[in-house]
Amino acid sequence: MSSRERILGRVRRALADTQGEDTPIERTYLREHGDRSVEETVELLAENLADYRAIVHRCASADLAATLAGMLAARGAKTVLVPPGLEPAWLADADTEQIPDRAESTPHELDRIDSVVTACAVAVAETGTIVLDGGPDQGRRRITLVPDHHICVVRVPDQVVSSVPQALERLDPVRPLTWISGPSATSDIELDRVEGVHGPRTLEVVLVDSQASEDVNS
Amino acid sequence: MSGTFVGMPAFPEAAHEAVGNKTLRGNLRHATHTIRAKRAKAVAEVSDWAELREAGKRIKDHTLRHLDRYLVQLEESVVASGGTVHWAADADEANAIVTHLVKMTGESEVVKVKSMATQEIGLNEALEAEGIRAYETDLAELIVQLGKDRPSHILVPAIHRNRGEIRDIFEREMSEWGRPAPEGLTDTPAELAEAARLHLREKFLRAKVGISGANFMVADTGTLVVVESEGNGRMCLTLPETLISVVGIEKIVPSWQDLEVFLQTLPRSSTAERMNPYTSTWTGTTDEDGPQNFHLVLLDNGRSDTLADEVGRQALRCIRCSACLNVCPVYERAGGHAYGSVYPGPIGAILSPQLRGTASEIDASLPYASSLCGACYEVCPVAIDIPEVLVHLRERIVEGGPVVREGNRVVLKPAKGHAAERAAMRAARWAFTHPGVLRTGQRAASRTRRIHPRALPGPGKAWSGTRDLPAVPAEPFRDWWQRTGGGKEGTK
Ligand code: SF4
Repeated sequence: MSSRERILGRVRRALADTQGEDTPIERTYLREHGDRSVEETVELLAENLADYRAIVHRCASADLAATLAGMLAARGAKTVLVPPGLEPAWLADADTEQIPDRAESTPHELDRIDSVVTACAVAVAETGTIVLDGGPDQGRRRITLVPDHHICVVRVPDQVVSSVPQALERLDPVRPLTWISGPSATSDIELDRVEGVHGPRTLEVVLVDSQASEDVNS
Repeated sequence: MSGTFVGMPAFPEAAHEAVGNKTLRGNLRHATHTIRAKRAKAVAEVSDWAELREAGKRIKDHTLRHLDRYLVQLEESVVASGGTVHWAADADEANAIVTHLVKMTGESEVVKVKSMATQEIGLNEALEAEGIRAYETDLAELIVQLGKDRPSHILVPAIHRNRGEIRDIFEREMSEWGRPAPEGLTDTPAELAEAARLHLREKFLRAKVGISGANFMVADTGTLVVVESEGNGRMCLTLPETLISVVGIEKIVPSWQDLEVFLQTLPRSSTAERMNPYTSTWTGTTDEDGPQNFHLVLLDNGRSDTLADEVGRQALRCIRCSACLNVCPVYERAGGHAYGSVYPGPIGAILSPQLRGTASEIDASLPYASSLCGACYEVCPVAIDIPEVLVHLRERIVEGGPVVREGNRVVLKPAKGHAAERAAMRAARWAFTHPGVLRTGQRAASRTRRIHPRALPGPGKAWSGTRDLPAVPAEPFRDWWQRTGGGKEGTK
């Protein structure tokens, strides 16, 4: 008998007493906590991101290129990793050398790059979380992991949801997902929180007003 | 389960030794109290905690009742998304599968994400025996590995070590395993974390094989989920070419939507955060992103036997948040090592004897390593009634009765006159001769009177069969005595 058959057989025999019974799953919990306006939700996202020690910036769509250029310059970044589908205009003002995200690049090469700029798939206000789904403007999972500095651009309010249930609804499980809440951290030494053990030690999030951009375009 | 920690004495002796160790007790007390207070705050933030807890319990119960169906569905989804599924009935089989898979890659070293399942089966030792070196990459696991030590907590395995000890371990051992500790390393947590970062980065960047567990497996999509803080998990899950995940068969949830419950309750119960810094989900393999070979090893190792026990099976709901450890008065004093298993604390006291059986003295003594105060049940995010299972297991050990071992129904002999009973009595005596343990237990017992068993377990059963047990008083006698000076100051 294969182990597969053996295990399934054991499981079935173990459940012999429960024939015909079931435990219905009841979802009486909330879809979101609290009643907030759109602005208040974005405000809560900014607050919770900062509470988890991400550095939060807010700007209008028209100022995004200047904002990103300023952030990279302030960091002294000489090289920046760029996912293939990142809006080219975003980095138009940056003086930093742009390195494309390539399948062939080795982890050691990525380790030598100063910063990475990505978009995101969705952001969760209640938990201060940004979620990346490997889309063209976010790139492979490893590019937001190996460099020490990650800048993530969130279009508000379109990409912001209140809660974890709302985020899961929007996400595609087939894509590899990375949920990020603040920079890498550990509390393994006497429970003192230390930032940046293995992931990026600095996480900067830019909340860019996507509605303003529509106004400008129309 | 691959036996107890080697040469492990039964709980009472191990605990006795631990209680005498002042450093250990100080470290533990600080840690458990810190997490406990933070957790209460994080839980209070969500107004629907009771509903989330109930939903989590029901999702898990529902899954366990149809585990055969969900296992088959999970297998289909993982295979459809490009993964390979292996089934392991016990620890030896799981170790053999993983060793074989690593050898097929031609590699002789692997990086590991912290995982209870691989510790349970003793994977590192099995790989070592075949000439494969496994590097633990979670900071606490690294401390344990370098210190040639054993983990003592589910979430913070090096909780028993203070910063000075960690510094000494790094300085002494790092060079044996790779990049040495920096010159003049001090004991500030930031410097220690930096030393670990440099030491481990070397290994991540060259690793070709990663080994992980998983917090959840989603049956309908074939998605695996790893929840972590440091990013070492992400490194192991995305940089290597081959990823091998060893996961207990009870870790299934039926649907993608079910994650909405556990991604809210797990971080809050475990690290007391709204959300842990990193959560990774992956479904099979993705072209040009992450490992191109993915193997899932489904591990039984006593789980189907546990499932056969109508009372005990609720232990399989456990999501390993470790909240029950941090509130347990016995754990706080005895420390994780005394439980002789990778699963310490209240959950360990009910899980280990079920996974491994109660043949050994330590396993037979574990159900007694508790004051039945009920605090563990109150914090558990999937509402496992740990006291109920403890009482049930005590009865089983003392009275004997039918159990399932390795898929076969066997009748356990009563432990009368056997080592188990002696161990049990010693454990009880141990608790009664440590007033601190007893006192904390009694106080909580008063608050949780509702959930107390109405019949005595074990030898007292016949007596309580015809009588009601006296109710636990609203205030323990000791507290009353202390408060009133023995009644001198009036009763209120
Ligand atoms: S038994 Fe409950 S509280 Fe304890 S680790 Fe498991 S889920 Fe957490």
